[in-house]
Amino acid sequence: MAIEARNVGKNFGDFVALEDVSVTVGDGALTALLGPSGSGKSTLLRIIAGLETPDTGEVLIGGEDVTHSPARTRGVGFVFQHYAPFKHMNVHDNVGFGLSVRKRPKAEIQDRVKELLGLVRLDGLASRYPSQLSGGQLQRMALARALAVQPQVLLLDEPFGALDAQVRAELREWLRRLHEEIHVTTIFVTHDQEEAMEVAEQIVVMNKGRVEQAGAPRDLYESPANEFVMSFIGPVNRLGDAFVRPHDIQILAQDDGTGTEALVERVVHLGFEVRVELKLHDGRDIWAQVTRENAQELELREGQILSVRLPSPRVFAG
Amino acid sequence: MSFRKLGVRTIALGYLALLLLAPVAMIFYRTFEHGLSPVWSSITQPNAVHAFWLSLEIVAIAVPLNTAFGIGMALLLERGHFRGKAVLGTLIDLPFAISPVVVGLSLVLVYGKTGWLGDWLAEQGIQVIFSVPGMVIATAVVSLPFVVRETMPVLRELGIDAEQAAETLGASAWQTFWRITLPGIRWGVVYGVVLTTARALGEFGAVSIVSGRIEGQTQTLPLFVQDRFENFDPTGAYTAAVVLALLALGTLLAMNLLTRRTHRKVAA
Repeated sequence: MAIEARNVGKNFGDFVALEDVSVTVGDGALTALLGPSGSGKSTLLRIIAGLETPDTGEVLIGGEDVTHSPARTRGVGFVFQHYAPFKHMNVHDNVGFGLSVRKRPKAEIQDRVKELLGLVRLDGLASRYPSQLSGGQLQRMALARALAVQPQVLLLDEPFGALDAQVRAELREWLRRLHEEIHVTTIFVTHDQEEAMEVAEQIVVMNKGRVEQAGAPRDLYESPANEFVMSFIGPVNRLGDAFVRPHDIQILAQDDGTGTEALVERVVHLGFEVRVELKLHDGRDIWAQVTRENAQELELREGQILSVRLPSPRVFAG
Repeated sequence: MSFRKLGVRTIALGYLALLLLAPVAMIFYRTFEHGLSPVWSSITQPNAVHAFWLSLEIVAIAVPLNTAFGIGMALLLERGHFRGKAVLGTLIDLPFAISPVVVGLSLVLVYGKTGWLGDWLAEQGIQVIFSVPGMVIATAVVSLPFVVRETMPVLRELGIDAEQAAETLGASAWQTFWRITLPGIRWGVVYGVVLTTARALGEFGAVSIVSGRIEGQTQTLPLFVQDRFENFDPTGAYTAAVVLALLALGTLLAMNLLTRRTHRKVAA
């Protein structure tokens, strides 16, 4: 089911959470709402789910105006940031809840729960209580619970936010594969650009209650619409009004007259990537990203004076 | 154990012993001083039996009423957004602040023969004052705040995420309340109910005024205790007092067992 938000506005008292936001998500797509905290991304997600009512604008799911429909009739699966487990129920009853309130027969619920626990790899944990599960397991239980009622739309609020780095990486990969398998239209909220780039097919960049840009991850990276998108997606050097990507800075082995003189202030080895902090001859600080091999060839040392070639910088109007 | 710790314990236990344990123990001792047969004849006399059942009847009506009201009011105060919420929150505590005797008198002023609603009630053939309805009302008023006050903090801690999750899964407001909210706040409610029951069983002042203390008709157990005491029947008074104490103890014990069993189930 395609999702569309049209000119949505929402205020909380004096705080403008969303201002004239329009977003379109295609049927079966996997989309990230990306932005810093307070950008309105979670509010937009909750408005799509029906957990908040917009002050202005409309929400359409599958072409149907659901702006004033209650959450429970929207056919939306929602995974909360802190999973919102039903603490007094075991995993089986949590996952089966949506079917149980629909008064489905016990045998059917049993089968469906079993199938879903297999899908989220929680087999054998059906009789555990939420207090006995790890963060990653709770996350997957919450996902199974949302999927049990076969939602037309799956919404996830900061799905990996509260997990440690390794579990995060695993779940990202797994979410992407799950989406390939079940192909339900999915939107997730994140403040982590790397996460958005890795998982999503489409990214909507939000800032201060507005959409800055929407598009495929690669398009956003290669042709950012403005300063905010450029600096939020991927690393960036700021030179006055202009922006330069650190990996676009070339460090020259020999000064051939085309480069600018720079002093190496610090060399940081981050595994494959090496980060070189430089001071240009005019006193501006800048950093470059080179590969490990490249750094070795150039024999980079602190205090060294070398020559760099800057790409033509990007300047955004206004 | 350090000296200081020992000192604190001695003072705390000594205080408790002087104020509570010793008097209660004395009641038990006095009751059974002359053996079981005077006790038996005391508790089987018709007025005592009547007082016993009347007390239970009042508790059986007032406690469920206050439980339902208390949960509803806690939800309203914790989840609602409306003008005058702070004022309402303060009003709820009023029965704690006002003396039960004043509560009784004010009920007579409203529901009594010469009261506000007196004429209308008389026309409908309903007698509130000097009868069971008035006693139930008086009991409900003095024990009103317990369930509200015990439920509110638990409700706050529960948060609204689980309820919203239930909503997105298709649960109606009613299903969400019974299957998510109520189980989530049950310990607060249970504790509130225990306190309400204990208070309702023991209520004297307000009930004393609205009941008219008619022997065998509007006499609850606490009123019966006082009546026996004033009529030079110490055994009767002590026996009824012991029954009251046992009822209260029974309530505490039952709730304790109930919570423990359910706790184990959740933890298992």
